[in-house]
Amino acid sequence: MAVKSYIDAVREAMDLALEKDNNVLVFGEDVGKNGGVFRATDGLQAKYGEDRVFNTPLAESGIGGLAIGLTTQDYRPIMEIQFFGFVFEVMDSIAGQMARNRYRFNGTRNMPIVVRSPYGGGTKTPEMHADNLEGMVAQVPGIRVVMPANPADAKGLLLSAIESNDPVVFLENIHLYRSMKGEVPEGYYTTPLDKAAIVHEGTDVSIISYGGGVPVALKAADELNKNGISAEVLDLRTVSPLDIQSIGDTVTKTGRVVVVQEAQRMAGIGASIMSEISERFILSLKAPIGRIAAPDSVYPFGQAENDWMIKSDDVVAKVMEVVNYD
Amino acid sequence: MRDVVVANKEILDFDNQIQIQDDVFPILHILDSDGEIVDNESLKRAQLTEEDFITIIKRMLLSRQLDIRSTKLAKQGRFGFFAPTAGQEASQMASSYAFKDDDWLMPGYRDIPQIVVKGWPIWKAILWSRGHALGNVFTTEEGKPVNSWMPQIIIGAQYVEAAGIALGMKKRQKDAVAYAYTGEGGSSQGDFYEGVNFAGAYKANAVFFIQNNGFAISTPRAMQTAASHLAAKGWAAGVPSIVVDGNDPIAVYLASKEARAWATSGKGPVLIETLTNRLEAHSTAGDDPLRYRTQADIDAAWKKEPLIRMRQYMTSQGIWDEDKETAYITEVNALIDDQIKIADKVSKQKISDFIKNTLEVPSYAMVEQITKFESEGK
Repeated sequence: MAVKSYIDAVREAMDLALEKDNNVLVFGEDVGKNGGVFRATDGLQAKYGEDRVFNTPLAESGIGGLAIGLTTQDYRPIMEIQFFGFVFEVMDSIAGQMARNRYRFNGTRNMPIVVRSPYGGGTKTPEMHADNLEGMVAQVPGIRVVMPANPADAKGLLLSAIESNDPVVFLENIHLYRSMKGEVPEGYYTTPLDKAAIVHEGTDVSIISYGGGVPVALKAADELNKNGISAEVLDLRTVSPLDIQSIGDTVTKTGRVVVVQEAQRMAGIGASIMSEISERFILSLKAPIGRIAAPDSVYPFGQAENDWMIKSDDVVAKVMEVVNYD
Repeated sequence: MRDVVVANKEILDFDNQIQIQDDVFPILHILDSDGEIVDNESLKRAQLTEEDFITIIKRMLLSRQLDIRSTKLAKQGRFGFFAPTAGQEASQMASSYAFKDDDWLMPGYRDIPQIVVKGWPIWKAILWSRGHALGNVFTTEEGKPVNSWMPQIIIGAQYVEAAGIALGMKKRQKDAVAYAYTGEGGSSQGDFYEGVNFAGAYKANAVFFIQNNGFAISTPRAMQTAASHLAAKGWAAGVPSIVVDGNDPIAVYLASKEARAWATSGKGPVLIETLTNRLEAHSTAGDDPLRYRTQADIDAAWKKEPLIRMRQYMTSQGIWDEDKETAYITEVNALIDDQIKIADKVSKQKISDFIKNTLEVPSYAMVEQITKFESEGK
């Protein structure tokens, strides 16, 4: 298997989808000739033409409306929101429209739309570029929120998202785009949506995370291993809907849990995971659930970003607390 | 040198700009409020046959009866939400008459009559009003698809979505358009600009209507924008934009027909502002127009309503009379009675249905909830 970067895996998935199905379209701001601001769509317009890979005017709500309208003409749109911090401009299309349409039309309309968007800190972007807003979209019924944490998943999950008849918000971690490399299987394959994966086996404690939190958790697990603590890391991969079974399996296996998310602590995915565990598996717990999340402030300006973001040391410390609880 | 001086002076003459705006949007009108034709050439250009005229007036009367009956039923609690349409029959029925089955209708919540004449059975419109998802299944009685979106509540969303449909039609090389309706209030929405602008940028097959009926709930047209005409907003996007007497069925039809022809020719969208009037309340949910407009204003508007002039003109042409109208209204009311009976027989939806229609493949937690509600018969 070839080793590829996260962003190359994302591009490869779109390339294969465009090749396989003429109804697949890719559009967004600067995705054409420029290949996207991160080059996620580099070369796709040259290969598939301006009819299928094209730029849009600079207006996110228009992009969302375009996607919804195109489904009536049997297209399968992959729309890009250049940075997920810009999602507020397209929240009506996502939450008010595409998420509700299957329900609204009594199950008679599919919404095979993928909303691709980069998110996440660590690269000192200007304001509104790096925010972790997955909790906000995960709260919306009728939409799937997928957040791959490695290149192989980025490719397989994106292909699944494109095949899905439900709208999928597909969040790509900016920091991982080029820093994360991994083995990626050749050719067309799909990785099932709504299924978490154990990315590090362990027996003493479960670290549950997703997206950009997963590499932090994995680093902590390696660190803990040196201290003789065997941590299992569960990568949720899809944060809405949650894979409650896989969460239950690891919780009942280890009896100790630390939930790790890059987003602020308040509400959000981590809180959902913790409440599901409390409601369903509390009798398997040997210690209170630990949580590592960013502080409850507005996403910080670039200079202080590194201080603000979660770190593997914090995860290690929290795991020690949970493991040592009697 | 001197030319530049003069030109620069003009550029900086803001008062002049306001004046120019007022002058560039003459109003298209063919049939005046007394039922007289003021422009025979345009009448000919509309190529309306006797049969067309009869269909249009029948559709206008259908719309008026639906309005009367819906308002009444809403007062009795037998209807849900209904946005009255009286006064807008030309704007809604004469415009939609210019479109074809393959065209996609993008309605706002007041545009129920356009969907009905496209083949959506009235019993479904009743269910929509009552809040039942079967109302949003856009098929004819025979199960043929009706190319209409649901009546949009977010009053700019249908514009951006229309741009998408229009672009898709262009890509598929269809001889069809997306036609979207909003009001003058809706034209203040960001989505309004984005929709018109996207369709313009892609030269997509769209026709956009602003039904300027004077009020957005209680807010008068003058408070929506300083633009002399709402059509000016289309110009900003480089889209041909016109103002039409929205109470003149012939003018509205002609404008719509020409706009459709333009939009299917690959030249891009057209924006049409219809000047009309909402003669009744915003909705049947407790709005009292006398809180924000005078009875005299409402009375004056009733004198200009489109049915009066259409009836007068067609009577003068010997193609319509009181007997025909009475017979048709009786027929329509019988139809509405039947349709209410059909709607009354449809059972309430279940919570488990709601969950099943949320995602194609339900999640673990959703399956649990479906099972629970089904076991309780909900």
